[in-house]
Amino acid sequence: MKGQVFAITLVVMSGVATFIMFISTMHSLDFTRSKFYREYNFADVFVNLKRAPETLKYKINDIQGVHQVETRVCAQAKLDIRGFKESVTARITSIPDDGDPLLNRLYIRKGRLPDPARDNEVAMNETFAQAHGLNPGDKFAAVINGKWKRLTVTGIVLSPEFILLMKTGAMTPDFKRYGALWMTRKAISKAYDMEGAFNDVVLTVYPGTALSDVVRDLDNILGRYGGFGAYGRKDQISHRLLSEEFRQLKTSSRIYPTIFICVAAFLLNIVMSRTISTQREQIGTLKAFGYNNLSIAVHYATMVMMIIATGVLLGIAGGIWFGKMLGALYMETYRFPFFHYILHPQVMIAVVVISVAAALSGTMHSLWNAARQTPAEAMRPEAPVKYRVSLIEKTGIGRWLSQPSRIIFRNIERKPVKTVLAIIGIATACATMICSGFFRDCIDYMVHIQFVLSQKEDMTVSFVEPTSYRAVYELKRMEGISSGEAFRSVPVRMKFGHRSYKTVINGIQPDSHLNILLDNHLKSISMPPSGILLTDYLGEILGVKAGDLLTVEALEGSRAVRQVPVVAMAKQYLGVMGYMNLEALNRLINEGDAISGAYLVTDETHREKLFQLFVQMPRVAEIVVRQNEIRSIYEIMAKAMLFFMFIATVMACSIAFGVVYNSARISLAERSRELSSLRVLGYTRGEIAYILLGELGFITLVAIPLGFIIGYWICAYVAHALTTDLYRIPMMIELKTYAQAALVVIVSAVISGCIVRHKLNNLDLVEVLKTRE
Amino acid sequence: MNQQKEKFFQVQDLTKVYQMGEVAVHALRGVTMELYAGELVVLLGPSGSGKSTLLNIMGGLDTATGGVVSYRGKELTKATEKELTEYRRFHVGFVFQFYNLISSLTARENVSVVTEIAPDPMAPQQALDLVGLSDRLNHFPAQLSGGEQQRVAIARAISKKPAVLLCDEPTGALDSQTGIVVLQALERINRELGTATAIITHNVDIAGMADRVIHLSNGHIASVEINKVKKSASELQW
Repeated sequence: MKGQVFAITLVVMSGVATFIMFISTMHSLDFTRSKFYREYNFADVFVNLKRAPETLKYKINDIQGVHQVETRVCAQAKLDIRGFKESVTARITSIPDDGDPLLNRLYIRKGRLPDPARDNEVAMNETFAQAHGLNPGDKFAAVINGKWKRLTVTGIVLSPEFILLMKTGAMTPDFKRYGALWMTRKAISKAYDMEGAFNDVVLTVYPGTALSDVVRDLDNILGRYGGFGAYGRKDQISHRLLSEEFRQLKTSSRIYPTIFICVAAFLLNIVMSRTISTQREQIGTLKAFGYNNLSIAVHYATMVMMIIATGVLLGIAGGIWFGKMLGALYMETYRFPFFHYILHPQVMIAVVVISVAAALSGTMHSLWNAARQTPAEAMRPEAPVKYRVSLIEKTGIGRWLSQPSRIIFRNIERKPVKTVLAIIGIATACATMICSGFFRDCIDYMVHIQFVLSQKEDMTVSFVEPTSYRAVYELKRMEGISSGEAFRSVPVRMKFGHRSYKTVINGIQPDSHLNILLDNHLKSISMPPSGILLTDYLGEILGVKAGDLLTVEALEGSRAVRQVPVVAMAKQYLGVMGYMNLEALNRLINEGDAISGAYLVTDETHREKLFQLFVQMPRVAEIVVRQNEIRSIYEIMAKAMLFFMFIATVMACSIAFGVVYNSARISLAERSRELSSLRVLGYTRGEIAYILLGELGFITLVAIPLGFIIGYWICAYVAHALTTDLYRIPMMIELKTYAQAALVVIVSAVISGCIVRHKLNNLDLVEVLKTRE
Repeated sequence: MNQQKEKFFQVQDLTKVYQMGEVAVHALRGVTMELYAGELVVLLGPSGSGKSTLLNIMGGLDTATGGVVSYRGKELTKATEKELTEYRRFHVGFVFQFYNLISSLTARENVSVVTEIAPDPMAPQQALDLVGLSDRLNHFPAQLSGGEQQRVAIARAISKKPAVLLCDEPTGALDSQTGIVVLQALERINRELGTATAIITHNVDIAGMADRVIHLSNGHIASVEINKVKKSASELQW
């Protein structure tokens, strides 16, 4: 029974380990985040605006419920890092001249904060500094408010505001191409002509304060200063992404361990019922000697508990190990000054209770049978097993089956419940593999939709300020640019009925070849001269359908409020926004022919030169090279995907191995007499292996397609459960993922088959045939 | 008489020692015997006399510690695993005390298990006819009595038309009435097909139906007697 106990322990261990891994990582990250927020005074409300006088701060402070207020100056800058020939942008945030900020305080990993006496010093966020190998004392160039400036890094810092630093609308963070810098208020105000003014406010509220009231009052005050709309923590991008991650961990911690626990219960059931049936004579003898039912049941329950206890203990140890590994993986993306690994005792208690309950429920039936027998009954050999002609033979196929094949089918049909459970067990192994491949597939698919079907440009240039349409002609005249299209991006608040949502409207050219909107069937939608297209999920959020009138409030420029008819919904997996004809959008906000940037198609040989030119142009705020963007998505995802692929493969293998090996060993034990008889009759080892392993082969082959279906269901559930306005997960599973899943299951089955085959080869004919006397 | 017949088995100084933990058990201590074509031999001896061990080695199920067993001039004691499998597959039929039928197959299918792999078998139905079970073809073992199951086992053993039939306590699990029916079946096979038959038993009364009776005791052949007058199985009683 050694091998079987090992296989079951492996499954229990995997279940416990994955549960502990997901739950402890979630708790640890949650605890670490709360501690960081608390100790570094993370703000409750955030708002950007155009410009307001510093004195307005007092008015904000007077809003009921507001505790602490900090005004800031924030700006976007283009950087030129030596040795890195790609577009780099950074968000610069001011820090008070007298040192550490009041809110969103900085944790200094290395060096110091910038000196207010010097206007060329910055602190830098850790991921960005590490990506470029920058350290305190290093220098780089930046275009600040249209002027080149050489900046010196004084410190490497972490902020609760940028635990995950990611550009809005991006698919993944990009540590190399997007950074966060902190400058003294004096230096940045001077550079951006913001002396005595601010363009960003963060504040905290007293506990129990209604956040919506504060947001409303704040918007009322800042409206005429170009406020872009205040929002709470739950909409702060770093906080939101982290919360989404917690949700994913929670979903995973429910799905995977459930699978394992069910498989473990099933395995214990088949192994224990076999053990008890082989030991029925001993049970009878013990009962004849006066042992009661309880002590018999306790004896077997103790055996089960020992297996479970080993599995649980190893699982907890493995879970802590994996949890720390996963935690470390998260720490590469999510930056905290410290990471507190936490395993709540209640989690361990839950693991023990769930495992024990599952094990007992799996073995209850066999234990009951063992306890119920009268001693005399138990000491008699088991009644001969009754067989029937199998259904498959009744279909007429029977005529063509050899006797060994008949044996296989009749055995399968004799224990339908066991067969079905074994099939489900193996199917879940297959499903687990599909789930892990699914994440890679949906990223591939999103990249395909976003960067192949929708965005056909290979470079996007954004300007610092809205610019005249003439700029596109100028760009198109540049050598190496074969075509270009203008776009306009306007922040807005959309309202429909009682629902509202803050986002942007992208104005694109009506005959655009570079930015193509797709419908549900991925067919391109042509941009109508008026009206608005919404991404499908935004339509759901607002409860709008085509034909409805949507209220749009521009959050910049004239701040016009207009009614716009919704003309269609566009399929998009990332972010939510509206699309309009460029001219119609400019009419809507009362701006002439303004554009925010241009999509460009460039000649590959000129790309680097063009890029250098754009970096030098002060009016260009940002250059995005599509190829780099795609590469960075995969760079960021690679490690995480590898880790989950590894975990999933280990899990799938242990389930497949556990089920196949245990089923095979039990069949071998139950049928060694028959198999030996066949050997005596002159059957070769291969021929009897066919009978034993053919059954498992059949079960495995039936389980694989079922696993595909279960895998698809789980993925559909995950995709549905994780849908947010940040992203929707496309239900896309590639053929190769199915193939990979099938392969892992088949290989595990073959390995366990080989082990059993080895045992079969060593079948002792004389021993097995020995008569009972 | 026997001397003119082909010598199927030649057993020479056969020894077998089992290692049971730290104790060496001498199951056979130098057995020498022959089995001729078409004869029916009863190997008689008490439990532990070594008769099953002898049969297992002759049937290619077990290996010898010393001595030689040859079947039609071929040394079984030197045969490889593959050769032994082929020997069992094509030349020898077995009948065991506990029948060893495949419980998931019907009577006919149990016989087919052998006919499917034999080069020149009789039809399964014919084999079952010979043992008087033509009305039980589609019954599973669980639906047959002990005697019927043993007769299916005999039909299975003879269906490949083996040269030799080795029977290990074929009536051991049966009452005398049923046992006699089974022995009648063996007798008929021996008579009609000329299959050389060796029956192991501790039941002295069965010895009456043999051509020769070999008495085994404590791993030796104690004596060999030739039945001048063979009894028919139906005359036996115990």
